[in-house]
Amino acid sequence: MNAILGGGFADPPTQSAHAFRALLEAMARPGRIHEVTGAAPPAPISVAAGVALLTLTDSTTPLHLAGPADSEALRVWIGFHTGAPLVPADEAQFALGHWHDLQPLSRFRIGEPAYPDRSATLIVELDQLESQGARLTGPGIRDEARLSLPEIGAFRSNRALFPLGLDFILTCGSRLAALPRSTIVEDI
Amino acid sequence: MTGQAYNFAYLDEQTKRMIRRALLKALAIPGYQVPFASREMPMPYGWGTGGVQVTAACLTPDDRLKVIDQGADDTTNAVSIRRFFQRTAGVETTEATSEATVIQTRHRIPETPLTEGQILVYQVPIPEPLRFLEPRETETRKMHELEEYGLMHVKLYEDIARHGEIATSYAYPVRVGGRYVMDPSPIPKFDNPKLGGNPAIQLFGAGREARIYALPPYSDVVSLDFEDHPFTPSKTDHECDLCGAGDSYLDEVITDDRGARMFVCSDTDFCASRQAQGHRGRLAPQGDTP
Repeated sequence: MNAILGGGFADPPTQSAHAFRALLEAMARPGRIHEVTGAAPPAPISVAAGVALLTLTDSTTPLHLAGPADSEALRVWIGFHTGAPLVPADEAQFALGHWHDLQPLSRFRIGEPAYPDRSATLIVELDQLESQGARLTGPGIRDEARLSLPEIGAFRSNRALFPLGLDFILTCGSRLAALPRSTIVEDI
Repeated sequence: MTGQAYNFAYLDEQTKRMIRRALLKALAIPGYQVPFASREMPMPYGWGTGGVQVTAACLTPDDRLKVIDQGADDTTNAVSIRRFFQRTAGVETTEATSEATVIQTRHRIPETPLTEGQILVYQVPIPEPLRFLEPRETETRKMHELEEYGLMHVKLYEDIARHGEIATSYAYPVRVGGRYVMDPSPIPKFDNPKLGGNPAIQLFGAGREARIYALPPYSDVVSLDFEDHPFTPSKTDHECDLCGAGDSYLDEVITDDRGARMFVCSDTDFCASRQAQGHRGRLAPQGDTP
């Protein structure tokens, strides 16, 4: 029972403000890795993914849980702490899961030509998140950034949809980074 | 907490989450106007309610806030918004651009270059750059969707046909990342070159019109122009009469009823710090104290 009631923000206005600043900086500067704290979601969900859920989701944001993330413990935790309705992938505004559990990405909403903001944000759990690997360029990046992405092709075809497309929050332990649809990903 | 029965930074948490989601989408699609459920604020529309909501969603207790109105820290709008956040968020405030972490602005970009870690929040009256050319939202939305921006070039061309040059001097339209045409809010076109390649995050909030948009750092921002009539960021051809700066944006102040006038920096912090460094303009009081 305590596992359900615990693990949320102790001081939501302050903690969510700090968490959002990390998310804002991450989305504004793709590839930068930020440390976040304050959430203790049920295993196997990372602290950073829990922080993103607590900061961004509520009863107005349909959420999709993919693969092992779709556990009884997490469903109840989300129900208590955020109230986000759990939905199939094609109705989701947010989705949470490991990269391979979220596949195929074509299930998620990429927005409409008149309203490209009506697209899903995927919270992707990764086993590692380092400033090395794929080369990132585009808005928010002065020269180039490096980020260890699970693959290249999916992000390249997502970029090709611009201004439509998915946005990604990448989480690993207490660390997070973001990859908006505007970023150009190259395997160099 | 601040003693009053306010949540941190006035807005309730659900409202802040809604604004925060809009801000992230705005950063992901630079220059695109994201609709959001703008709230009534304890100040009238037109007084920066959009900027205030964006600032409230971004502030943390560790921030140092600066608020400017046409470059000045000491005008009514700036003072009241700064007090509002002192009371409701308990954040530190400052007038020094370089010390601020969040700067809310009405119609200017500070002269002092911004840095990484800073957020510039613009108050926007009319976010739709095409609105005065096409009043219907359904149509302007379609024009953005189809990248149908010819009408804007016609407007700039008519300026040239009528005045010999592009007469638009503020709210000068820009194109972001080669995609969306965006209204930079009514900043003078002198400030337009600072929009692109800026290390700070730039967020735009329009309260009455319920739109949020953004420029990520180092964005590609181009002021619209023609090959034979290139964009020129213009300013009054004078030096500041108080600090002597020749490269800052100037306000014209009428000083009597016989046509005497002086030109002063619109950015009060910039002007004051230059005077503190000993720079003197034509009409500056001489001596040690500015």
